[in-house]
Parts: sequence; structure tokens; C-alpha cells
Amino acid sequence: MPGVTSPSGGHNTNKAVRHHTLVVLVENQPGVLARVAGLFARRGFNIYSLAVAPTDDDERFSRITIVVDVESSPLEQITKQLFKLINVVKISELDPDDSVERELMIATVKADPSVRSQVIELVDVFKGSVIDVGFDELSIAVNGEPDKLDDVEELLRPYGIVELQRTGRVALPKLERTPPRLKSVQNRVAN
Amino acid sequence: MEPNEPTNGGAALIRALELEGVEVIFGLPGGAILPVYDPIIESSIRHVLVRHEQGAGHMAEGYAHVTGKPGVCMVTSGPAATNVVTPLADAYLDSVPMVCITGQVPYAAIGTDAFQECDTTGITMSITKHNYLVSDARDIPRIVREAFHIATTGRPGPVLIDVPKDIVDPTNPRSALDWYWPTDEEVIAGLPGYRPTTKGHPRKIKEAAEMILAAERPVIYAGGGILKARAAEALKELAELTGIHVVTTLMARGAFPDDHELCLGMPGMHGNYTAVMSFQETDLLITLGARFDDRVTGKLDEFASKAKVIHADIDPAELGKNRAPDVPIVGDARLVIEEIVSAIRSLLESGRTQADTSAWKQTISGWQEKHPLHYDQHVPGERLKPQFVLETLRDNTPSDTIVCSGVGQHQMWTSQYWHFNHPYTWVNSGGLGTMGFSVPAAIGAKAAFPDRMVWAIDGDGCFQMTAQELVTATVEKIPVKIAILNNSYLGMVRQWQEMFYDERYSEVFLSQDVPDYKMWAESMGCAGFRVDSPEEVLPTIQKANEINDRPVVIDFRTDAAEKVFPMVASGKSNSEVMVHPSQVAGIGEF
Repeated sequence: MPGVTSPSGGHNTNKAVRHHTLVVLVENQPGVLARVAGLFARRGFNIYSLAVAPTDDDERFSRITIVVDVESSPLEQITKQLFKLINVVKISELDPDDSVERELMIATVKADPSVRSQVIELVDVFKGSVIDVGFDELSIAVNGEPDKLDDVEELLRPYGIVELQRTGRVALPKLERTPPRLKSVQNRVAN
Repeated sequence: MEPNEPTNGGAALIRALELEGVEVIFGLPGGAILPVYDPIIESSIRHVLVRHEQGAGHMAEGYAHVTGKPGVCMVTSGPAATNVVTPLADAYLDSVPMVCITGQVPYAAIGTDAFQECDTTGITMSITKHNYLVSDARDIPRIVREAFHIATTGRPGPVLIDVPKDIVDPTNPRSALDWYWPTDEEVIAGLPGYRPTTKGHPRKIKEAAEMILAAERPVIYAGGGILKARAAEALKELAELTGIHVVTTLMARGAFPDDHELCLGMPGMHGNYTAVMSFQETDLLITLGARFDDRVTGKLDEFASKAKVIHADIDPAELGKNRAPDVPIVGDARLVIEEIVSAIRSLLESGRTQADTSAWKQTISGWQEKHPLHYDQHVPGERLKPQFVLETLRDNTPSDTIVCSGVGQHQMWTSQYWHFNHPYTWVNSGGLGTMGFSVPAAIGAKAAFPDRMVWAIDGDGCFQMTAQELVTATVEKIPVKIAILNNSYLGMVRQWQEMFYDERYSEVFLSQDVPDYKMWAESMGCAGFRVDSPEEVLPTIQKANEINDRPVVIDFRTDAAEKVFPMVASGKSNSEVMVHPSQVAGIGEF
């Protein structure tokens, strides 16, 4: 399950193992998450991270963003099996190269008064924020690309990470950079 | 019941089943489902009271296999729900349309480990096409309609509805609802994630038609999807138009008539030599409603390695699951075959000719001549040959007889030796391999067609698992006939131990003496016979055929040493098929 380390044992999610993101639109009904997660489990597929929340049409639909380790299993078979679930309405498959991804990390870090300013400075560099201050600890929040969070995590580690949570990533497809007409001309040239 | 008429969940559930056209429910009542059983007294639906809930599930499957309509079973919560797990899994693997209603503890008690509580929807999640836990009585008409729609469309399968007691109990305010009956459009709109593709992609259809005409060694691999899609007629048209031979899988026996000159019979682990070899040597495998099951392919890498593959299936997840197709077609088997046939016709009309397949046909008839099904005849003083019993039964029953079987040697022999010339005459457990399937499945089939003859061919191991349902058959006046091929062993396991475990027979011998099947049958209200000698086989079958007022059980004492041939050992390539020892000289010659 998701955590601070990737399945390869390192801290960098994108470097060692190739991940794919499935964005699954589901009917907002009890038990749907169990159906989706159960399907992964019984077909032997490993979920790297999972994020679930209602969509803009929250009465009817939720969106589940699932990051899977694609080396371990044929992605096409997962997608097809998922789509057989009656409550699954739509599945989009996002390659990391063609999508924008964000993740939120919150962490409590050892920070006695002598190093507190160093930790705050580090958090500032990554455009994060301090969300709680204790006698010798700080809680911080950083959001950004999963790679960046890996870096923050590594840099904070020497101070002593007391507790750390990441939300799992959410993703959207990258937008077109060129107007549609221009694109079709380019395609014709390419062909 | 009028629209907006106030009613309760239990009455609404039974009314909904009536409106879905349900003729018979197989079930057994208990605490949590009591309120749904009360309105059954006034209902037009017949209820068959089983002796064990597993029987109810298999009866519903048997009914569904022969009618194509969804079988319905209804049981209570907890242990009753876990007892239908096996039939649900069986129906899921064999794509049998079925609706199962289970009682549940009152909604407020769910999760408290209440008496006879279990997480039925959780347990059955992976063995149903879909399941429901009803949380509001007002959902009942909609959920029942959705359940029947899901069970019968796309790739059929079992759907379970788990109903908490308070929601169906008229004395509880939570059971109140105003009656309504959703239209088809409302049902479809309510299932935004469920849109099965039925029509094949026109470009793929055309590609398939062209490949079929160009193939020199084509063969059709017809699976259970042919029967599910009512595509037997279309398949015959395709085969006859092109002169291509048809192999029918265990689930498709009867989908193409065995007496047709183009029929090659069953493929796979115990398939006919010719069917097995035709797959190994073909250049075009035309796969229709089949799924490249391991029992068919043997060692996958070496299966049909010279072939291009056309694969048509209603379930997109089957395409490429085991074998990557050259032409994948998602669609209903009947529609796809009809489209392929008309594409072939228009190609032929435009002057295209079919490749010469005469050499391939000669190869096939050569295999058929050299390696027909074979068994050694009975030796006086020894036990009966099971194949001889089957041939005699086959030749002395009407051609539309419905034949059910359990799982094991007797199943393979029945599939091999019976002549299935009509669709929907063969009922068996293929995917899950459920021992004990045949007796209750036969009862379900006979309940659907009381005027047809229904024979269950069973093994002695299988029979002992579900035989008590013959009490149900007697009491409910459903006169099925059971032929037990009794070799006193778990025969198929014995065969593997003989062939692959150095004849070390571990826990496969049942007993020569007990039970006394004749007495057991009689105690359940059936006619019981025991047959030891070949001379008694025919007269006893004739006697059994004349009995129509109660079930019949014949205990045929068969030879335990008899093995099922041909055989492809588990994990081996189909090219290493083992034929009957008397035919060994001819292996591998084409």
C-alpha cells in the first residue's frame, strides 16, 4: 500500500518503477471502492496509491485516482476488468508524460528551537507552509508534483520525521498546446 | 398492484419477480427472509422447496441453461447465503443468467455479528456479475429490474440481491413504499456504467470475412457464447457457407449438431484427437464466444501456434486475456456471425473466391479415421464399461433428451460419447468444475420442461454430494432420471494418481458396499435399480424410461480401471495428446 517508499524500496516514485495513473469515474454508491480495490487484489495487481473524492456532480459520481505499477501487470487487462464493474462509468488512462499530477504531503518534523528556522526555510523553498508549531516539533504541508515531494521528504529526513502522510496523487491530462486546425496540418505532414 | 399504491417491500419483491416473468423460484425459507415467503402463498410463481440451499442455486442454473431465461433462487441469511456461494461461483464462471435473493438481518443490526449474519455482498462480490444490498424499500422495484437486466444482457451472469428483514417486513415502517415499475429506458438510464457492445465493428467484420476466405486450414472454435447468444442457427449457416469444420467446447456441446459432417466435437484435455489436432495445425482459428480456457489450450505458448486468430466475444476483457487475437471483435455472437456471413456473401458476390481447403479436409478425415474414440470391450466377469452404458443410454433415449452431468470422468465420457444434436440439451459445470452439480441441475431443467426426458449422468462421488435433492424431486413431482457410473472411486483423481503419481492411490477409494444406492433411492421415493452385467443395461434403461411418476436412480457398477482418453496432461502441449493405448502407433502422423 502507499507509503513513504515506492515498491522498489527507494523514495523516488517515478525513477525506479514505471507508473500509470487510472482515473476512474464511478457511481457514488456504497461499496464501490471495495469493488474496485477488491478487483485489483484478486487479480494480483498492486495499487501504489489511491485517492477518492466526489466530483462536481457529487450526488451521482466520484472519481478514484489509482496509481499502478505497470511493470507488474498488463494495464490493459486491469482496465478491461475494471470496466466490467457495473458502477464504473468511465476510465481514463494517463501516462505520466502526458499528464499533470499533484499530491499533498503533511508531516511532523523534529525541530527544536536551534534548527527550527532551517526547517522553515526548507519548507519555504518548496512553497510549503507550516501548519502547526510545537515545543520541539513542526507540522508542515507541501503540495506539488510527486517527485518534488520525494525531494522534500529526503531533505527533511535528517531532522527526524515523526509522522508523514501523503494523499496519493491526482491527475489531469495535459492540455493541447496548439489550436486544432494547426494540429491537423501537422498530422498530415507527419503522415 | 397499481402505480403509487401503498405496499411493503416483501409484497413488492414478489410482485416484481412476477412482472419479470419468473415461473419458478428454487429456495428454502428462514428467519431473515420470512416476510418475503409470506406473499408467495398468493403468488402465481411456483416455489420448489429444496433440501439444501446449494441445490436451489444449481436448480436455478439448470433451469437457466435449458431455457436461456434467468434462474431464480431465494434463501435466508448467514449459512443459507454461504451455501449458495458455490452455485453463484459456478454461474459466474459459466456465464449463467441467475438472480439470487438472500435474506439479511435488519439494516440496523448489520455489522453487529447478529444471529445468522454474514457479509453476503462482500463474500459474493467476486463471484457475481453484480450484487446489491438493499437499504431502502423504495429501491426494490428498480433493483429487481436492474438485476434481471444485468443478469441477462451482455455476458450473462449471476446477480445477488441481499434484502434486510426490516425492509420487507410489513409490520416495520421501513418496509413502506408506493408501488412503481420502471420502464426499460429508466433502467438503462440508471446504469450509466453498463452499456454492453452487441454489434461487431464493421471494419473488423470485413477483415474477418477476408481472412476466412483466404485461409487454407481454417477451423471454428465455438464456445458457450454461441448458446448464450442463441447463435446456433447462425453458426450452422457460417459453417455450411464456407465448409469450415466446427469444434464445440465443453460449454458449447449441442451448439452445432454432432451428426453434422463438419462437426469435430470437443477440444482440450479430453477432446477428440481430431479436434485437438485441428487446433494445433490450423492456420486460422475462428473463435466465437470462447475464452481460451486452460483446459482447452493446454500449454498456452504451444497452442495453435501456426494460427492467426479471429476472436469474437461479448466481453472485451476476454480479447487478449490469454491469446492475443489478430482480429478482435467485441459483440454478441449471433449478431457478429450474421454480420460475418453477410460480409462473406458480398465478397463472394463481388467475385472473390475461397482458398482451396481440400488438402486440409483430407488431413482432418485422416485423423478421424485413425483416431476415433475407442474403448476396450467388456471382459466377462469384470465390471461394466462406462462408455458402453453411455452408448446404450444414448441410443435408447429421444434425441431431445436433456443430459446433465457432474464433474469428473463421467462428465468427460458423456461429452465424448453422447450425440448432442440440439442446442440446450447439455447441462454441466465447466468452469468451476462443481462436483454434485448434476442432480439439482437436472431437477431445475425438468422443472422448466416437464414433458422432456431429463437424464443426469453422475459419478458416485458427485452423487453423494447432493443426492438429497432427490427428496425434493419426489415431493415436488419432478421425475428426473439418474444414471450413476459407479466405479467406487473418485475416478478422475484416481486416473491422475495412476498416470502421474506412480499408481499411489491416496484417498480416492470411496466404498464398494455403501451406500446401497438402490435402497437410498427408494428411501427418497425414487425407483432404484442396480446393474452389474452388460445384459441388464438395456432392459433397465427401458424400464427407467417408462417410469414417469417419480425419479429413477440406476446404479451402474463400472470398471474403476477405465480411463478417459484422449488426454493432454496438465501443462503439456496439445501436440503431446495421449490417445487410447491401442492407437499409440498412429500418433503424430498427419
